[in-house]
Amino acid sequence: MKHSAKGMKTTGGRSLSRRRFLTAAVSVTGLAAAQALFRPLRAQARAVPEDPTRVPGAPPSPYGQRSEFEQATRLAGTSHSLTPLQDLHGIVTPSALHFERHHNGVPVIDPARHRLLIHGLVERPMIFTMDDLKRFPSVSRLAFIECSGNSAREWRAPGGQTVQETHGLMSTSEWTGVALAMVLREVGVKPDAAWMLAEGSDAAAMTRSIPLGPAMEDALLCYAQNGEPLRPEQGYPLRLLLPGWEGNTCIKWLRRLKLGTAPFMTREETSHYTDLMPDGTARQFTMVMEAKSVITHPSGGQQLRPGFVEVRGLAWSGNGRVTVVEVSTDGGRTWQPARLHDLVLPECPTRFTFPWRWEGQEAVLQSRCTDETGYVQPTRQALITVRGLNSVYHYNAIQSWKVARDGRVSNVHA
Amino acid sequence: MCTPEESGELVSSRFVDLRKGGQRGLILGICLAELVGGTTVLAQEKPANYGLGRTATEAEINKWNIDVSPSGDGLPQGQGTVKNGAKVYAKKCAACHGPTGVEGPMVPLVGGRGTLATPEPVKTVGSYWPEATTLYDYIYRAMPYTAPQSLTPDEVYSLIAWLLFRNGIVPERAVMDARTLPAVRMPNRLGFVPDPRPDVPK
Ligand code: HEC
Repeated sequence: MKHSAKGMKTTGGRSLSRRRFLTAAVSVTGLAAAQALFRPLRAQARAVPEDPTRVPGAPPSPYGQRSEFEQATRLAGTSHSLTPLQDLHGIVTPSALHFERHHNGVPVIDPARHRLLIHGLVERPMIFTMDDLKRFPSVSRLAFIECSGNSAREWRAPGGQTVQETHGLMSTSEWTGVALAMVLREVGVKPDAAWMLAEGSDAAAMTRSIPLGPAMEDALLCYAQNGEPLRPEQGYPLRLLLPGWEGNTCIKWLRRLKLGTAPFMTREETSHYTDLMPDGTARQFTMVMEAKSVITHPSGGQQLRPGFVEVRGLAWSGNGRVTVVEVSTDGGRTWQPARLHDLVLPECPTRFTFPWRWEGQEAVLQSRCTDETGYVQPTRQALITVRGLNSVYHYNAIQSWKVARDGRVSNVHA
Repeated sequence: MCTPEESGELVSSRFVDLRKGGQRGLILGICLAELVGGTTVLAQEKPANYGLGRTATEAEINKWNIDVSPSGDGLPQGQGTVKNGAKVYAKKCAACHGPTGVEGPMVPLVGGRGTLATPEPVKTVGSYWPEATTLYDYIYRAMPYTAPQSLTPDEVYSLIAWLLFRNGIVPERAVMDARTLPAVRMPNRLGFVPDPRPDVPK
């Protein structure tokens, strides 16, 4: 949504309300960027009327598209793509912009032929069709999924230039499916079952071992994302969701669950997704994504203009709700509380804002969150003091964005 | 949807019925939910069963049951030697992992011993993997990258023999099969510790 200069005028008479704060901030940062994009686009796009009130608009369409003026895209590598957090508003990630991570591509799966097999330490091995799974009582909830490799380039040096590069392996959707516990009851879990192998039907046949206790509490077998069937990149037609756990455990294209007494020691929980410590040992089964926050605006690569700036960001915790977010504009010397916006949900990002004035001074912006367990997001120094520089995964330190005197924003280690 | 008779019976016997489970318990659970004002909570509290899904056949399970555990569970019949492994590797793996498993361009499979506690750790099958059985599980399910699940058991056992030999873990005369593979002791077997978080002081 872009606010026009005219829109600003209509609020001009009133006191500096929250609404006007927003309008002003969006205009300042968004307008220049948007204008730059409009020019080359106009040539190829549909004719843009001088006055849209004088020409009939487009007819309805079967499946909507975003405005041709909007350009936010995922940034793709060979086996992952990053969500453009700097371009998004609110807590939900548009399905088309949800980050991707796969180990041998996105498979094509016909839902009519897809099956979920549950076997191992069960009373009765069973097979479920997608139709079977959709007939169970359903559950919907918002939850983030964060790859444990999110921000991995930040351990040693400021690695990413933009928040998309530093934090774009985290996205949020409303997920709908059936509780894993409900389907497992249907199958009958044997008393000695303690771990569950979950396997995807992609070309990596991705597998992870999941401890059964926590999985029985809130794991979902999901078939829908933001109200429609899962996107192929997100596991169509069926994926596991373990709210707050590292993304890799939320096996996509799920086709098999096998119950056993011990972890299965797959490559993805030995060679990968294990955190190497300074003494050469490695932590295994580091499942929860601990509390983390990041300022998405202003963030790396953006250009500030003097005047009012709304600092905006997201805070999330795999251990429940975010209770407090604080913002620092002086590199962590002093902190002030940010405003948390509804909804504040467990294992789901909370949006925060903080009104600020930038008058050309050098500044280092940081956000720091606390979750309902009392856990406080650590500084990078505190984190690397314990974990060293080689653990690759589970980096959740405070992010610093430096604002230079010319208004350029860049990634720094404060 | 519920007749008055059903609802009456339900109120008196609901706990028994709901705990017993079964199709009947489900129907009564839903009736009760309707009776008390449309909440679905009660229907979801009941233990099962919804009568959805069907029993899986032995053949269906065997077709997908490809995982291999550290105990050796899941390892098929077959065997492989280092010599044969070198041939299969040259033909099906070297292009991506390098002629000796070190060169790449993809993940190195050989080397890195003694580097884990250094500033530049090299994590490979030889330096990092705790269980030899994971090699069977992973190579069969995921390699070669362009043709996963295409290797025969003899090929996989041979590749493992070669990789373990190149990493200095088994001798050149080693033969890998369902009995010998789980007995291989990987150098980093004791290198993994449970997650101690929260670990960073405030
Ligand atoms: C077309 C390229 C290609 C070929 C051919 C190939 N691989 Fe791989 N291999 C990869 C890639 C890419 C990965 C990393 C996959 C990932 O990121 O999940 C990998 C990963 C591996 C790993 C895991 C390494 C680790 O430390 O986690 C092993 C073991 C492996 N390959 C063995 C083999 C064997 C044995 C063959 C021959 C049968 C083979 N590969 C053929 C590309 C290839």
